[in-house]
Amino acid sequence: MATRKNYPAYFLYGALLLYVTLYLLPGVIGIGYSFTDWSAFSDTTKFLGFDHMFDNYIKAFSDEKYFGYLGNTLLFTFVTTIAKNVLGLALAVLLTKKVKLLNFHRAVMYIPAVLSALIVGMIFKSILNPADGLLNSFLKVFGIKGPQWLTNPKLAFWSVMGVDIWKGMGYIMTIFIAGILSISPTYYEAADIDGAGEWQKFRSITLPMLAPTITVTTVLNVIYGLRVFDMVYALTNGGPGYATEVLYTGIYKEFGYGKYAMGTTLSSIMFVFMVIVGFFLIRAMNRNEVEE
Amino acid sequence: MKTKKLLKSVGINSVAWIISIILITPLVLIFINSLKSSQAAAEMSLRLPDSIHLENFLTVIKRGKLGTAFLNSLTYSVFSVLLCTLTSSMAAFVLARNRSKANRIIYFIIVLGMAMPINFIALMKVMQTLQIINTKVGIILLYASIQTPFNVFLIYSFVGKIPRDIDEAAIIDGCSPFRLFFSVIFPLLKPVLVTVMVLTFLNTWNEYILPLYFLGSSANWPMTLAVYNFFGMYFRDWNLVCADIVLTSLPVIIVYLLGQKYIVTGMTAGAVKG
Repeated sequence: MATRKNYPAYFLYGALLLYVTLYLLPGVIGIGYSFTDWSAFSDTTKFLGFDHMFDNYIKAFSDEKYFGYLGNTLLFTFVTTIAKNVLGLALAVLLTKKVKLLNFHRAVMYIPAVLSALIVGMIFKSILNPADGLLNSFLKVFGIKGPQWLTNPKLAFWSVMGVDIWKGMGYIMTIFIAGILSISPTYYEAADIDGAGEWQKFRSITLPMLAPTITVTTVLNVIYGLRVFDMVYALTNGGPGYATEVLYTGIYKEFGYGKYAMGTTLSSIMFVFMVIVGFFLIRAMNRNEVEE
Repeated sequence: MKTKKLLKSVGINSVAWIISIILITPLVLIFINSLKSSQAAAEMSLRLPDSIHLENFLTVIKRGKLGTAFLNSLTYSVFSVLLCTLTSSMAAFVLARNRSKANRIIYFIIVLGMAMPINFIALMKVMQTLQIINTKVGIILLYASIQTPFNVFLIYSFVGKIPRDIDEAAIIDGCSPFRLFFSVIFPLLKPVLVTVMVLTFLNTWNEYILPLYFLGSSANWPMTLAVYNFFGMYFRDWNLVCADIVLTSLPVIIVYLLGQKYIVTGMTAGAVKG
């Protein structure tokens, strides 16, 4: 069979054209622009010169503000990844037991994940309102004076992460449910005969069998966390001060101020980092496929 | 032993209910308050409305220019879904069938896009150069572009499950590559294509970063951006904001409920080795 004739290369052109011009190319030329003084205030864009070509990068890693963006992004990724994995797994274990109205519960727990992050942000702006929001009104019933969830600089970022976990854990749960359902029931039957308890079964069967699924959910959460924008933008827009600023909201602000070179530098740091991480991840995943 | 089992059953059922209620309460809150008067909604409580104010919905449609925004969202979603499904499935088909060295590299680079962040600022430059910034066409192309990696990834693994014998039979019967793909393979891809279409639709409908960067004129705004803008202007009238949120989320929830099966398939593809 003539493979090349029957599976012609021009079938690739549409997808490649879209992907290369609007996705890959901006990432690559963005790196080029990070060595310039590109801004909205000048008609010309100049190369910074060989002596100063890394100035934007030096600034990104030495300026407390930009360094804070990086730190917040990593904290966000770390906390939400762990929380969504743990809670998602707990929910999945619960919803693979003999619960009545199982599909109803599964559907309800997934709904936050299909809503726009912008909408979720607006809803929680009301719920977390310190004066008359639903959460503080609820706490008041127990005589607790609720805090300023989104305006206290020490608390705001944790509130943002909390809302993000609320929205995202149903998605992770769904993946874990599929993972648990693919484990052969014979393992559990054997464990029952040996008189294993629930916790033992979870530790010795469910958890090890889910290892590949946990890898995937972790990868998904990390990719999401590093690129987060929506939730932060809608809830706090980086404030108060820079307390909740992550890389992508920071980049949007640089864009708004017209400081294009700095924005594209921050983007490029992320781009290079993610391409390297992605490279090894995909290679690792492909290797698994080959082994099967 | 029996009571213990019963207790356990009551226990897990109550936990499930408590969690479901925690997760659904914010949405119930929005729905209840969308029916209230402005004064009653001011405190945003779960108290049921004294009187039903359905006119809130008409007010936001008029004042929030939701009609235009709805049509914009629909245009962006439908066209990017069609474009991306077509280009991604054609590419995934050839990449999966002809695994030459070059094609394997191309597949790798496309799939790498699932992890790659977008450089919005440099993208602005590209869009200016192509003269598609601030245009509907530009936004549709962008949406089709950013969903390409995941869609190619999904369809590629599905093509692998279709036996090659089918291709060979069609080729012997004299099918051209186009006939082979559109008449023979395309119908067989239906399950994965529905998944791809549902997910692309939801993502496009919910997305608002691209319009934020690349659509200056409010006449082109999709519903998400319109509702956010409305929120900025009418933040004192929570009943109206809630009504706006309900109208914006309704299409997403309907598509979700109808396509639940396909969404779950897509979301879990690759995550679970079946």
